[in-house]
Amino acid sequence: MNNPREETKYVPQPATNLIPERELGKQLILEAHNLGIDFGGLTAVEGFDLSVSPTEIIGLIGPNGAGKTTVFNLLSKVYQPTRGTILMNGRDTMGMSTAQMNRAGVARTFQNIRLFNNLTVEDNIKLGLHNHIKYGMLSGILRLPNYWKQEKEAKERVTELLSIFSMTHMAPFRAGALPYGAQRRLEIIRALATGPKVLLLDEPAAGMNPSETSELMENIVKVRDTFQIAVVLIEHDMNLVMGICEGICVLNFGKIIAKGTPSEIQNNPVVIEAYLGRQKEDGQNAES
Amino acid sequence: MRKLQKSTRESIFTYAIVIVAFLATQGLMLSGNISSALTGQLVPICAYVVMAVSLNLTVGVLGELSLGHASFMSVGAFSGVTACISLANVIPSDPIRLVVGMVIGAICAGAAGFLIGIPVLRLNGDYLAIVTLAFGEIIKNLITCLSVGVDSRGLHFSFLTSSSMLNLEEGGTVIINGPMGIAGIPKLSTFTAGFILVVVTLFIVMNLVKSRAGRAIMALRDNRIAAESVGIPVTKYKLMAFVTSAALAGAAGALYAMNFSTIVATKFNFSTSILILVYVVLGGLGNIWGTVIAATVLTILPEMLRGFNDYRMLLYAIVLIIVMLATNNSRLKLIPAWLKKTLGSKTGKESISNE
Amino acid sequence: MSFLSHLISGISLGSIYAIIALGYTMVYGIAKMLNFAHGDVIMVGAYACFFMVSRYEIPAVVGVLSAVVICTLLGIIIERLAYKPLRSATSLAVLITAIGISYFLQNAAQLLWTSNPKVFNSLMGDGSVKLFDGRLSISVTAIVTIVVCVIIMLALTWFTGRTKMGKAMRACSEDKGAAQLMGINVNFTISMTFAIGSALAAIAGVLLCSAYPILTPTTGSMPGIKAFTAAVFGGIGSIPGALLGGVLLGIIEIFGKAYISTQLSDAIVFVVLIVVLLVKPTGLLGKQVQEKV
Repeated sequence: MNNPREETKYVPQPATNLIPERELGKQLILEAHNLGIDFGGLTAVEGFDLSVSPTEIIGLIGPNGAGKTTVFNLLSKVYQPTRGTILMNGRDTMGMSTAQMNRAGVARTFQNIRLFNNLTVEDNIKLGLHNHIKYGMLSGILRLPNYWKQEKEAKERVTELLSIFSMTHMAPFRAGALPYGAQRRLEIIRALATGPKVLLLDEPAAGMNPSETSELMENIVKVRDTFQIAVVLIEHDMNLVMGICEGICVLNFGKIIAKGTPSEIQNNPVVIEAYLGRQKEDGQNAES
Repeated sequence: MRKLQKSTRESIFTYAIVIVAFLATQGLMLSGNISSALTGQLVPICAYVVMAVSLNLTVGVLGELSLGHASFMSVGAFSGVTACISLANVIPSDPIRLVVGMVIGAICAGAAGFLIGIPVLRLNGDYLAIVTLAFGEIIKNLITCLSVGVDSRGLHFSFLTSSSMLNLEEGGTVIINGPMGIAGIPKLSTFTAGFILVVVTLFIVMNLVKSRAGRAIMALRDNRIAAESVGIPVTKYKLMAFVTSAALAGAAGALYAMNFSTIVATKFNFSTSILILVYVVLGGLGNIWGTVIAATVLTILPEMLRGFNDYRMLLYAIVLIIVMLATNNSRLKLIPAWLKKTLGSKTGKESISNE
Repeated sequence: MSFLSHLISGISLGSIYAIIALGYTMVYGIAKMLNFAHGDVIMVGAYACFFMVSRYEIPAVVGVLSAVVICTLLGIIIERLAYKPLRSATSLAVLITAIGISYFLQNAAQLLWTSNPKVFNSLMGDGSVKLFDGRLSISVTAIVTIVVCVIIMLALTWFTGRTKMGKAMRACSEDKGAAQLMGINVNFTISMTFAIGSALAAIAGVLLCSAYPILTPTTGSMPGIKAFTAAVFGGIGSIPGALLGGVLLGIIEIFGKAYISTQLSDAIVFVVLIVVLLVKPTGLLGKQVQEKV
């Protein structure tokens, strides 16, 4: 659904680090070079390059089956890439597991929400904080003072994090019992709790209505500003992508077909043909 | 709003059940209102409760099906009894020797759990289950082939040969005698010792579940990929759950063995593993007090059915099937929602509007 | 020569495992459940045949056929009464129910036929074929077992590949929802799978007791577990996998007994299983399914 009035509300911050012409000499947080993966002889992603600077919001778009989620799976090491390198903070991440990648600063959400459904909202977020809560198995069993102190701090942090999305009242409920929108938000909070430097959001607005989507847009920008982190998001809602992303990367058939600012992408004939459709002559926003 | 730490209420309730049951049984024993057959069952009940609670850590909390839990009991039983017999002169006090036996049983079983866990936990689902079954059979087989003796120079081991090959000195004793197992076990186990082990087990398992490590273990159960994505090391926590579970089973094994004068390795076979699994499933996956009750009731049940003579095991089977059908059939809404939820049914989608 | 003779008895034992493993594998493939009562259906089949032939002196062929009929009916009844109501329950609940059925069958058998072992006379007689100037002797039972196994495999491959029912089974094992939308009666198909598995169990029971003639109410449990292992070994859900797993398991067991240690032969079988699963986590011929993220 198109809602042009909403767009004016989100004036994107000046694009500091446009892809591909970014300012030289600026530290990059996440870099992917020539990334590729094959599944049983079938190439799913090939020659994928991406540079993310510390507080940038980047959109990853493309038709269904273009390999967007596969790119996320590579960046978070759910799949090990067949080719190419991923640098995190300038350091090679070869051989790292998903968990190690998270500790290095990559957190993500999933297209089909993956919460710990039988645990409470609070425990879900405490799991996000897992590597920031420091006490051993023995302190946990024997309930040593450290246990009480750390758990209390964790609980405070949980409340703090929940308040970002105004969900504090939901803390004691089972995550699986939350409504859909709240589950999506909880997943983002859980990812944030891990203290990432890069947040990967896989279709955060899927299944949301326009007002929820615009709230989400606001929240993503707020999260970026508060936590000073980079956000890479996959999204089909062009309103959202064009509204908040500073750089956009378009994938088709596992390859990058275009990169640039939202306005560049909107005017790129290759992209329009592959993805946005030939509706430019209507003078409409490409997304309709 | 169902606030105040539901889990805290649950653990208080669990401890209360166990303590009340212990005191009631003690009272009945003092007043002589308990049959001798049941008195003989008291230590095994405690051992089975510990077995079931520890298996619930693997199956209910970690979410991996283990079909070889009895093998850890076996390792604990044989190592614990060996320790108790060989330390007879060093530690004269029976209760201390029993504690040492249980600790050694727990350590050996935990070590076995660690060794088995490293390969096993790389697998998933039914494949993991079949490998635990395989390890259970292997351990049973290995212990059947093992002979151990003790003399003044220490312990002697021999494998696949008869106990006469142990080269024992004059005055040395054979402890484990190959397929014949161990005979002449000192009866060190008491109901009180069993009760204490149950309480310790409950303390360890329930506190572990409600700590950072326990949350991580449950996260692996609910969604492994999501758990990895928030930085939880899979192998570490899977192993932690598996080894803790094995160690507690080892302590239970030592307790169990020292209640009888003889034990053989074939006692701890696949059927025993399955029996314990039945307690866990009927008690409710992840539900500790349910497991305690299920293990107690189902251990006593065959005794209670003794009046039916030959038919008792048949009745046991029928009861088991009917309970499973009644608690899991979506058409027969026989049971309250809480039982359904504890059994891990997917239908627990209650809305949160009741806040 | 002793090597050849061990090999043949290994293949023969393995053929029995393979026939039992088929029952496990087909049921697992379609209902995603470990049917622990399968081993006890074997035992019932063996008893049925024993009473028909030894007690009532019915011709062997009729005896085997009636054992097959009895087991088929038993399989369908078990499925209807115990497993069908649990279609939507957790797999663990179904597993425990299957264990309950297993206890039930064993104890019912004990009540009906007592736990005294029955001596089962091989239906194939105790003749043997002598080769290489009598240095190699192969029992007729072993030959018949292997031949029967090959026939069953060929028939099943044809059945699942060519017939409408077989295709329905494969469809159900792949995706029950989609199969239902294509007009396949999923419940009927699952019942049929149980029926076929149980019929095979009856044949396996007769063959097993022809080779190892002692029959007790627990006769089926250990071969049941081993055949289940064989099914996993070959890749559970795969019919050629069951054959391969069964035969390999039989050979390993016999060789282990002959060359290493009788006491350790079971342990050796299970060690090989573990090694195979660590190298190929879904068995020798199993499909590798990656979880979709």
